Amino acid sequence: MTPVLYLAQRGTAFVLAFAVTIHLVTIIYAIRGGLTAGEILARTHGNRWFLGFYLVFVIAAAIHAPIGLRSVLREWAKWRGRSLDLAMLAVSALLLVLGVRAAFAVYLA
Amino acid sequence: MNLRASAENAGSHPADAMTVKVWRGDRAGEFQSFAVPRRENQTVLDVVTEIQRTQDATLSYRFACRVGMCGSCAMNVNGRPRWTCRTRVDQLEAGPIKLEPLRNLPIVKDLAVDMAPFFDKWRRAHGYFEPGEHPPEDFAIVAPDSAERQTADAGIECINCGICHSACDVVSWNEEYLGPAALNRAWTLVNDVRDRGQDERLAAVSGDTGCHSCHSHMSCTEFCPKALSPTFSIAGLKRATSARAWKRLR
Amino acid sequence: MIRTSHLKPGFLAAMLHRLSGIALAIFLPMHFIALGTALGSADSFQSFLGVTHNAFVRIAEWGLVTALGMHMALGVRVLAIEFFAVRERSAIVVSGCVACSLTVGLLFLLNGT
Repeated sequence: MTPVLYLAQRGTAFVLAFAVTIHLVTIIYAIRGGLTAGEILARTHGNRWFLGFYLVFVIAAAIHAPIGLRSVLREWAKWRGRSLDLAMLAVSALLLVLGVRAAFAVYLA
Repeated sequence: MNLRASAENAGSHPADAMTVKVWRGDRAGEFQSFAVPRRENQTVLDVVTEIQRTQDATLSYRFACRVGMCGSCAMNVNGRPRWTCRTRVDQLEAGPIKLEPLRNLPIVKDLAVDMAPFFDKWRRAHGYFEPGEHPPEDFAIVAPDSAERQTADAGIECINCGICHSACDVVSWNEEYLGPAALNRAWTLVNDVRDRGQDERLAAVSGDTGCHSCHSHMSCTEFCPKALSPTFSIAGLKRATSARAWKRLR
Repeated sequence: MIRTSHLKPGFLAAMLHRLSGIALAIFLPMHFIALGTALGSADSFQSFLGVTHNAFVRIAEWGLVTALGMHMALGVRVLAIEFFAVRERSAIVVSGCVACSLTVGLLFLLNGT
């Protein structure tokens, strides 16, 4: 953890606080009376606002989660050194790739 | 009070005796049980002193002032780090009393720990005043009600007893973590307007060893006998180091 | 056996925050993969969603929504302490965070089918 990583994690935390609030409200509103794929996709298809929102959400999460996981693994699994940092970069890349794919999936479907 | 005579008398009243389990040896030691009579206004320091003077002279423990000023008697009582001179027996929960040395420091013997790593962290956190190359000739004028001075004063009463360091989980999980006491002192110095070593100090308290490893469990604040709040001091260090990092990034 | 020194608001807040964070970190890739099945067609997405309509999965979904709410509520508390110099040390605030997240979870359960 460096001051820069700390700032990145807390900074994305602020972003996620907004994004998660919107996301939770959207989910709870949307699932009323059951939820089908068609209904989800009808809302997100071609919707640039949703796409933009989800992309910001994904990027923020891809930065926030690995930095948090790093602390947990250092303290509880006693994992130290370069290999941990590289593993966290890999987690970040995984979340980024899967997340951007998912955001486009519901935009294009 | 003649402890020896009292102990002999009390031996004939077993109902008034309480069980005290005391850690003996070093890390590879074990608990030893003693029976100690209950007395009026008894503190845990009284208990451990009675054991050492009347039952087992080989027991090692520390104390000095015995009136809650020096912090030397700090140890774990029933799992909580406390000053034994300020822990009344009648305020403990019912059952055997368990005495262990402070956590997170090497055990010298029985209830005495090696405080050297604790003070080493103090130094590594730059917990000392840095006058700079050209200290002023005359006294500095620092208003006691200025914001920085009030912030520094809120944390200045630390007497290095080691209770916060013992209570801290992150110290247990992360050997290099400087810990609440060292970081709290660094924060008081960050707020000392006369100090000329701020940049080096902020660098010293950053990173995995420094303030960024604090997860605000607040055990330090919970157990500090001087009612200090290292958690909030460390939060201040997080803000100060972030401001410094942000300035460098721009 | 939980140490008596651990039954305090700050420690419980930190543990709930950490454990919910771990759960979310494990869940998030699965969530992205599930949504990614929409790339196939609405049908493949629908069949995936169909699989997820049993009670066990519903409970898991509830757990994750609650974890998300809890992680955020307790995280906002940390941000307040760290950035806004809030001197917070009570059980009330921590209880409030947990109560809010359980409410969100309950709303999720009640609003579903």
